[in-house]
Order: sequence, then structure tokens, then C-alpha cells
Amino acid sequence: MHALEISNISVSYNKQPVLENISFTVAPGTLTGIIGPNGAGKSSLIKAILGLISKRSGEVKVYQKPLSKHKHLIGYVPQRNEVDWDFPINARDVVLMGRYRKIGFFKKSKKQDIEWADQCLAKVGMLDYAERQISQLSGGQQQRIFLARALAQDASIYLMDEPFAGVDAATEKAIIQLMKDWKANDKTVLVVHHDLQTVTDYFDHVLLLNKQCIQYGTTHHVFTHENLEKTFGGRVSFLNQATV
Amino acid sequence: MSYSGWIIITGVLVGLTCGITGSLIVLRKTAMLADAISHTVLLGIVGAFLVTQSLNGLPMLIGASIVGILTAFLIETLNKQGVQKDASIGVIFTTLFALAVVLISTSIGKQVHLDTEHALMGEIAFVPWNRLVFRGIDLGPKAIWMLGSVLLISLVVILLFYKQIKISTFDHHFAILIGIPVTLIHYLITTLVSLATVASFNSVGAILVVAMLIVPGATAYLLSERLVHVIVLSGIIGALSALIGYYFAVKWNVSISGSMASATGLVFMLAFLFNPRDGLCIKLWRQLNSKG
Repeated sequence: MHALEISNISVSYNKQPVLENISFTVAPGTLTGIIGPNGAGKSSLIKAILGLISKRSGEVKVYQKPLSKHKHLIGYVPQRNEVDWDFPINARDVVLMGRYRKIGFFKKSKKQDIEWADQCLAKVGMLDYAERQISQLSGGQQQRIFLARALAQDASIYLMDEPFAGVDAATEKAIIQLMKDWKANDKTVLVVHHDLQTVTDYFDHVLLLNKQCIQYGTTHHVFTHENLEKTFGGRVSFLNQATV
Repeated sequence: MSYSGWIIITGVLVGLTCGITGSLIVLRKTAMLADAISHTVLLGIVGAFLVTQSLNGLPMLIGASIVGILTAFLIETLNKQGVQKDASIGVIFTTLFALAVVLISTSIGKQVHLDTEHALMGEIAFVPWNRLVFRGIDLGPKAIWMLGSVLLISLVVILLFYKQIKISTFDHHFAILIGIPVTLIHYLITTLVSLATVASFNSVGAILVVAMLIVPGATAYLLSERLVHVIVLSGIIGALSALIGYYFAVKWNVSISGSMASATGLVFMLAFLFNPRDGLCIKLWRQLNSKG
């Protein structure tokens, strides 16, 4: 069974096509890196999959059901700069948001919910910062709070938008560890990623994107120099060929 | 209750109501929407009069809510069609307000006892004379009842939808994903702002109500680390500003509503300069220390 089935997604912004006829299927328990140049529509693809921006066409199926029926199976880690980090809230409260679906919107969080949030914080090494207002955290720590919130969602499929961008080594390690755990538990992960050097280390599958789906498949087969040139145009030549 | 007692209570209620609802739009970074709504509700008031031929509280609240939502909706529609956000706000709010000004300048204006200056500046000094009489019993100034009801409605809505408001304000996309009706929440808050505006309208007018809506929220935002604290503190700062403003208005014999609005600015400046977390003074002090 496919975890995620994307068919014919097209997105336009101000009549300019951003994504054209993207189709691919993702097997459960895989780690996919979404790779492409700036403006390739990587973030737009994730948002279109999640229904956060409107599609011109296309369909998303999550474990063979339409997204609307299986939304609770999806966890999301947005780009860090998409929220206001001066917002008056502490780290634990952000993580608890991941559990609100279970708690219910009109009920108070119970003791076990708070314990659950703290466990998620502990898994990303942020338990000591639970009571901190989020503006007092470093960029990497903020990213880990988002990861903990995704953990709290206890989803089956995780979509992350540039989680590695501008983070410290500890955070990078935490993200890698989390992805390994998820994979071991047969969860599916899609990550927008821009660092070509680390692709082969982090991901077993790659989606090469440049407005169109250039190719999707195992990293071994897809992440070739030839395909990268197709994706990035000639601009990939300066890259270290040994990593490719 | 004495004449000045009613004025003080009115001012405090304006501060509480506007402070609480205003803090939400400050957090949502839509403060200029409050500016727009504070003007366009005038059209709602005139519209309510045209429909019901009376100046009762309920039709006025309904009229203001409708126009408030319409304002937010039109601004968003223009914005989605490619007009810049600030330009959309400017176009919609001046157009709807101008329409209200035109209507007031006709014979309707004389019937509703509204003139443009009153609409802009308000006159809290008249509040105690406009009384609610039910079966011959004097129940006190109408404005108090109207403000009290709106305050109660706002508190109930915020308590009920606290989580939804919190998440949709902090992380819009995540809110959509976990099934929060973000558009509904947006219009709910817009409605609260419209209600607060129209209830405060007679007392402080369209321009000064913006001070009451935005400044206490912006001040509380500087001072608090939790959402609930921002909301509560914003209400307290609004009420406190009303008290301070009244004191100086009487002392120097100046406009009461103007003085109250100025007081919000004063409290903001104090918080901006001296708040212990990251006020300007503490920042300078830290800079000096790190250099020395």
C-alpha cells in the first residue's frame, strides 16, 4: 500500500505556473528528500499536498483515502520563518498544539497530555527549555520545538520544510535521529532539502523537482549527476562531483 | 451615582473592552484593520438607523458587525486580486467611511443626532445623560449597558475559542492542518472588534477608539510572555489609561476622551522605555556594560 499518492498536482501563482502535473507515489517507511533549485516550487509542493495553498488541479491520497479523511495521519514542520517567534507562548505550549486534536479544542490539557508534550521535548533535547518563551530560544532550538510538536502529533507521514536550514550541529543530529526512528517505525518522511552534499547520507529516496517532477526514486538510482544537471540546469557543475 | 462616576465607569469599560479585543488584533498583526473598522462602523450605525428608524443598541451592534465583517472581507478580496494590503485597507475604509459621511450630511444626520465631528471625536461628557429607561425605571446610562454587554460577549467568545485563537494566530497553516476553521476565527475576531468599536463610539469616537484598541495591546505585548497575560494585561492597561486620562482631563480642564487616548500613549512609552525584559533603557544599559 502507498503511504502517499500524488497525482497531477498543478499550482499557479498570479497566473504563473509554479508546479506542473506533479505525480509520484511514496512507499511507507521511506525518507524522501525533495531537491531542486530556488523557485523550483519545493515548499509550494508541500503546501499543495497539505491543502494549504489552492491547486489548479490534482489529487492527494493518504493511505488510499482522500487527504480530508486522513488529515490526522499527517504531521507538518513548517519553515521556521513562517511563524512569529515573538508570540507570547512557551515551548511546552507550542508542543501541546500537536496534541490538540486528541485533547479536543474545548477541553483543558490533562496531566498525561503535558507529560506527553514533555516526553516529546525530551526526545529532541529541549525539556530544560519547556517553560521558556520561544523568542528566547536560538534558531536551532526553535526548530527542535517544531520537531517536538510534530512528534506530539504522532502522525504516520511527516512533511518538513527545510528543517536543516541554518541549524546548529545538535539540532541537525536530533533531526537525523528522529528521521531514523520514524523510518524504523514504518513512518514516511518527506523533507524539502537544499544541501546536495548530505542527500545521500540522509535520504533513501529523492524527488528531483523543477516546476515539474524531473524524477522520483531511490537515491541510488535518481541522485545522479546527469539528473541533477537536468534539474538545476548547468548550474550544478561547480558541485563536488565526488558527492554525486 | 454621580455624573463623574458614570464617566469614569464608561471610560474604564471602554478601556477593558477595547483593550481585550484589541490585543488579539495586535497579536495577529492586523492592527490597521482596527483603524479601518473603527471608521467604517459609522456606515453600520447609519445603516442600522435607515433600516430600523431608531438608535437602539441592538440594531447598532448588528449593523456595525455586518459592516465590520464586510470591511475585512472587501480588504481581503482586493488583496487577493493583487492590490497591495495597505492600499486595500486605505481604499476600502475611506470609501465606506465617506459613504457614511455623505449619508450623515443629508437629512438622516439630523434625525440620528450624529455629526461628523461627534463621530470622529466622541463626547464622553454626554454619556451620563443618555439613559436607559425600562418601564419607568432609570437603569443608568445606555452606554454602560452596551459596553457591559459587549465586554461580556468578548470574554465568553475568547474563553470559548481560546485555543483556536491561539493556534490560528501563532501558526496559521498548522491551524488549518489540524482542522481549525481559521476563516471563521478571523471573522469572529473582526466581529468582536466591530462590537467594541461601536459600543465605545459615542464615548471616544472613531479616531480615539483606535488608540484604545491598539495601544494597550501593543503595550501588553511588550510586557508579557503568555497569551493569557497579554489579553488580561491589555484590558487592565486600557482601564488604567482611562483613569489616568480622566484625572488629567479634570485637572487641566481638557477633552476627556483625548486625554484618555493620550494616556494609552503615555503608558506605552513607559513600557517601551522601562520594561525590565527588553525595554530601551535596559538595552542601552546592557550595551554600555558589554562595552565597558
